[in-house]
Amino acid sequence: MSKYNLNYLDELEAEAIHILREVAGQFEKPALLFSGGKDSITLVRLAEKAFRPGKFPFPLVHIDTGHNFEETITYRDKMVERIGEKLIVGYVQDDIDQGKVIEQQGKNASRNSLQTVTLLNTIAKHGFDACIGGARRDEEKARAKERIFSVRDEFGQWDPKRQRPELWNIYNGKIHKGENVRVFPISNWTELDVWNYIKREKMDLPSIYFSHERECITRNGQLMAASPFLNMDSEDIVERKTVRFRTVGDMSCTAAIESEAVALDDIIEEISASKISERGARLDDKVSEAAMEDRKKGGYF
Amino acid sequence: MNILKFFTAGSVDDGKSTLIGRLLYDTGSILADQLEALQQSNRKNDDGTIDLAILTDGLRAEREQGITIDVAYKYFQTAQRKFIIADTPGHIQYTRNMVTGASTAKLAIILIDARNGVVEQTIRHSYLVSLLGIEHVVVCLNKMDMVGYSETVYNAIIDKYKTLANELNLKEVTFIPVSALKGDNVVNESEHMQWYTGRSLLHFLETVDVDTNLDAQLSRMPVQWVVRPQTDELHDYRGYAGRILSGEFNVNDKVTVLPSGSSSVIERIEIFDQRPEKAFAGQSVTLHLKDNIDISRGDVLVNSAHLPQNSQLIEADLCWMDSRPLDESITYLLQHNSKVTKCKVREIVYKVDINTLEKQEAYDFKLNDIGRVVLKTADELAFDFYTDNKANGAAILIDSRTNLTAGALMFRAIAD
Repeated sequence: MSKYNLNYLDELEAEAIHILREVAGQFEKPALLFSGGKDSITLVRLAEKAFRPGKFPFPLVHIDTGHNFEETITYRDKMVERIGEKLIVGYVQDDIDQGKVIEQQGKNASRNSLQTVTLLNTIAKHGFDACIGGARRDEEKARAKERIFSVRDEFGQWDPKRQRPELWNIYNGKIHKGENVRVFPISNWTELDVWNYIKREKMDLPSIYFSHERECITRNGQLMAASPFLNMDSEDIVERKTVRFRTVGDMSCTAAIESEAVALDDIIEEISASKISERGARLDDKVSEAAMEDRKKGGYF
Repeated sequence: MNILKFFTAGSVDDGKSTLIGRLLYDTGSILADQLEALQQSNRKNDDGTIDLAILTDGLRAEREQGITIDVAYKYFQTAQRKFIIADTPGHIQYTRNMVTGASTAKLAIILIDARNGVVEQTIRHSYLVSLLGIEHVVVCLNKMDMVGYSETVYNAIIDKYKTLANELNLKEVTFIPVSALKGDNVVNESEHMQWYTGRSLLHFLETVDVDTNLDAQLSRMPVQWVVRPQTDELHDYRGYAGRILSGEFNVNDKVTVLPSGSSSVIERIEIFDQRPEKAFAGQSVTLHLKDNIDISRGDVLVNSAHLPQNSQLIEADLCWMDSRPLDESITYLLQHNSKVTKCKVREIVYKVDINTLEKQEAYDFKLNDIGRVVLKTADELAFDFYTDNKANGAAILIDSRTNLTAGALMFRAIAD
């Protein structure tokens, strides 16, 4: 008899690789949803570990709101070139132009909710039966309820009361035509785990994660990057601040934090000491207590 | 640092969610914005303090009803260890969700309301813990504040529980008197129970030994994916990718491929850019063999010296999880790790009355029923008995009409 014990990062990594390989083995047309944020960057690294020296058995898919941080898009294109895998982009702008969605009006307008429509259209267009995503259960209380293999109906809807039991490490990916499965390989990781992993793996990141100077305005108590995508008026005072971002999302709904963290070690230290959760900087979660649950039921990622 | 996965079980209102809330709160794991959301919530305790239970009730319907419907996963860490908590529902109609949370856990916390003692649900949950072979059990006698922190009450209940634990063959049971509401013995030691000399719950969780203690020769790796780049420079590259379920594999080990029975020798082990000489349970690896044999997803690589069971007729414990009852006339799918085969339930041997633990003759099998069945599978399965090797001794049944996961199986014997 001998004893086995994996370090926590090795255990989380081995679990995620196992999940990615199950996706490859069980589905006909999977895709990896890639936003350019730290979680999906981690997924790409895990996919390299799961399938190299072979090709990924799926393309990367980016749902581009058109309101992204430029740094994220630059990073995305550089990374796709480095790994030599296929990238498919679904543009929210296309759906706006075709009248499938209508741009929100008003001061707090955001394209965040429009993403869902573009995501579902992209899934339908390419016939994806599984979409791998970087969501983590520690992010939000509705996400804490989600299975690793999360079945969505043909409208992309999540029904929390009808989730399949998920037993041991056996994942049931059987679905009917038109349905798809959202798969979350890093469900069991926390924000800090992701950062420690990025550090261990020496991964590159979009520069907005690190402290920099930027024109900002303060809205609803949050620091927002001043940009043409934000409906600003004379009441908004633009100030130059030293900031960084904890999550990467649409510029109209992702808030910055004031920070001097210029390196990974600084970020890890900052997050360890932080008293605010990651999604505390996302305006889209603050609409109501069930904001995330409602969006997920509607087909959101 | 390592990870401990545990789950909580107890009746509705025994205070499971409050206990988890208390663990998170007293370890400083709740952040300011989450705390603010708690304080703004309309749900408060009778004395006006914040209701910690709403931290885990993530669904609208749960907050409306004040009960836990589905498993919620929570994460926290201390200087000693990382923890993953599956907060599982206690309500009888959600037994399947409890089994979901429990199937990956190494430790179970069973809550008992000190005012009520051992009740039906305690027996039911303890039975499930025993059935699933959870290694460590902690019984928390909660609401000690409501019984005046009485040692007599505590002793009377644990005596009764010990009898139950014996009946159920639960090996390692630890008892801790707590008040989740007031915080006694959860993270901080209680000032109200000087008679209790054991550890607080958190201290216990931080120090319990959870290393996997497995027979190194029970080496099993189901093949999930064959890595074949088929490029010019990697023309002959053929790696078998999977996660080692149990035991270990070394370079030069003789391995057998099941079900075909062909054998070869391990030439190389890859973990991405590393080439270790040895890999063990829990690791996701790619194995290369010396001979070119036909291997695909669903096959299992095992150490040739210790072959698993191999049969199409298996006796298994079954926990039914679908609202459609078991239908012995239809063909189900059985998923055993990466292998899927057709399967019929040949016979219901018995059903267990969860309240009395009696085995009963049965002609039907409905949602949340648990019992013993005989299975006939289309293909031979390479499996171990659940008691010998959990990782290779469990499977799920899928209803091929609905694709739903209909049952959880634990292999117990070869049937005649």
